[in-house]
Amino acid sequence: MSNKEGKEKLNIRELIKAKGIPGAIKDLTLNSQVWRSFFRHGLEDTPKTRMQTVISNSFLHLHPAKVKRHAPLFKYTWCMGGITFFTFLLLTITCVFLMFYYHPNVRDAYWDMKGLEYHVPFGLLLRNLHRWGAHLMVITVWFHMFRVFMTGSYKPPREFNWGIGVVLLVFTLLLSFTGYLLPWDQLGFWAVTVGTNMARATPGLGHEGPFGEMLGMTAYNDIRFALLGGSMVGGNALLRAYIWHCVGLPLIVSAFLIVHFWRIRKDGGISGKL
Amino acid sequence: MPDKKETAQGRYRALAFVKGESLAKEKDSQVSEDELHTWPYLVRKEFLAVIIVMIILMIWSIALDAPLEEPSDPSLTPNPAKAPWYFLGLQEMLVYFDPWIAGVIFPSLIVMGLMVIPYVDINPKGNGYYTFKERKFAIVTFCFGFHVLWILLIIVGVFMRGPGWLWFWPWEEWDSHRIVAETNYDLTQFIGIDSKSLLGSIIGGGIVTIYFFLGMTVPYLLMKMRKSQMLEKLGTIRYSIVAFLFWSMLGLPIKMVLKLVLHLKYIWVTPWFNI
Repeated sequence: MSNKEGKEKLNIRELIKAKGIPGAIKDLTLNSQVWRSFFRHGLEDTPKTRMQTVISNSFLHLHPAKVKRHAPLFKYTWCMGGITFFTFLLLTITCVFLMFYYHPNVRDAYWDMKGLEYHVPFGLLLRNLHRWGAHLMVITVWFHMFRVFMTGSYKPPREFNWGIGVVLLVFTLLLSFTGYLLPWDQLGFWAVTVGTNMARATPGLGHEGPFGEMLGMTAYNDIRFALLGGSMVGGNALLRAYIWHCVGLPLIVSAFLIVHFWRIRKDGGISGKL
Repeated sequence: MPDKKETAQGRYRALAFVKGESLAKEKDSQVSEDELHTWPYLVRKEFLAVIIVMIILMIWSIALDAPLEEPSDPSLTPNPAKAPWYFLGLQEMLVYFDPWIAGVIFPSLIVMGLMVIPYVDINPKGNGYYTFKERKFAIVTFCFGFHVLWILLIIVGVFMRGPGWLWFWPWEEWDSHRIVAETNYDLTQFIGIDSKSLLGSIIGGGIVTIYFFLGMTVPYLLMKMRKSQMLEKLGTIRYSIVAFLFWSMLGLPIKMVLKLVLHLKYIWVTPWFNI
C-alpha cells in the first residue's frame, strides 16, 4: 500500500496535469477504496502478483499458486477432468433456464419440449446444449478415468481420490439417466422402463430377483417401486426423476466434487510423478 | 512462550522465525526449475479448452437437434426398446445372462472392482507416467474390460441390435418379422441330465464352483511354486479379490462364446436363480 494519507489528498488538478484525464481516472480508480477492496494486489506482471492472482481469487484458488512444469501438458491430463467439470457447470446453467419452461407432470412435460422448440427464443438450442453436453460429460468422464488409469495416477497417495472419482462416474450416469425420462417421449419412457426393470431382478430386493419372493417382495413394495413411486413408469416416476435430476443428485455430486478437488491438492496436485 | 512486542505496525506474536529466502520470488529466474506459475500458464490453457469445448458444443447443438419422439404411450412398446446408449453394454449382457446378473450383479462388481484397483495394485511403478512394460497385467486387464467388454458391447448394442434384439448390420434394413429359430440348452442337458432336477442343479453348481476354485487356486499354486515375490507382497486377501474379480469378468466372454457356439442357455439352474 503505497498511498499514504498525503498522497491520497493529492490535488486532482495536479494529477490531471501530470497524467492527463484518462490517466487520472485510471489512477484514482485503481487507488480507490472500492477497487482495493475487490482486488488486493497490483496488476504489474511479476512472479509475486502472478501468485497473488491465484491465491486472492476464490475461484482460481482451486489451483495452487504454482504447478509442476509438466502439469499443464496436454499429454498428461488430456484436459478430460477439467472439461468434465466445465460440462457440469454448463449443464447446471442450461438446467436453470430449462427449468423455467418445464413442468414435471404427465400432462405438460412433452408439450413443454414442443414449446421449447416452437415458442421459446433459442429454446431448442438450449435443450440441444443440455442434451449433447450431457452426452459429452459421460464420454469425458470415461476418458478421464481411462487417462488416470493409464498414467497410474490412482496409486498411493491418490487411492482414496480414485474411489471418489468412481462414485462421481456412477452419479454422472445416474444424472444422465434420470434426465432421459424428462422429455416424456417414447424414447425416454421406454429407456427408463427397460432400465428400471433391471431393479426388479435385484437379489433379495426385487420381486423377480433371486430370493425376492421369499423375502416378501411384490411389485408394490420392492426396490423398483421405491425408485418409480409406483409399479410402472408414470407421473410419480416423472416427478421423482425430475427431483433427483435437478436437486438431489446435483447436491450429492457437488459434495463429492468438493472432496475430489480438495484431495487432488492434498495428494500432490494434478498428474505427473510424485 | 512466544514474545509479545510493540512495534510501529501494532502488536504481533512471533510464533516462529525461519531464516531463508522468501517464498514469493521477485524474479522469474528465481522460480524453481520444475514449477510453473498457475497464472498464466495453466489458467490460459483451461480457458482455451473451455472455448474449444464451447465451440464444439455450439456447432453440435446448431447442427443436430436433440431427439424427441412421439409422446410416451405405455401401451405402445417400441421394438427394440433400448436403454440410453451408455447402458447398452449392460443391456447387451442380457442376451447372455439373466437380469439379476447383467443388471445388478455385474454393475455392482464393476463399481466395486474399479474402487479396489488402487488397493490391490501394489505395483509401485508407473505412478504418474506412461509405461506399459512395468505394469502389463494391470493395463491389459483394464483395457480388456474397458474397451472390449464395455465400449465394444455398447457399440454392438447401439448399432447392431434391431427388432427382437436380433443382430442387424447398420446397412441392413430392420425386419421386425425376422425370426431366428434357435433352441438353447442348459449345460447338463448335453449329457442327458435334466437341468431342473436336483442332480442337474448340483452338477451345474459344482461346475460354477470348480470354475472359481480352479481359477483362484491354480495361479496361486503356480506362483507359489515359482516363489513369486509378487504373490508374497500381494498377500492372500488381495490375491483372492483380484482373482475373483478377474474370473468374474472373464465369465462374460466365456459365457458369450458358449452361448454363440454351443447354444448354451444356463450352466446352473436352481429354483431361485439361474446362471
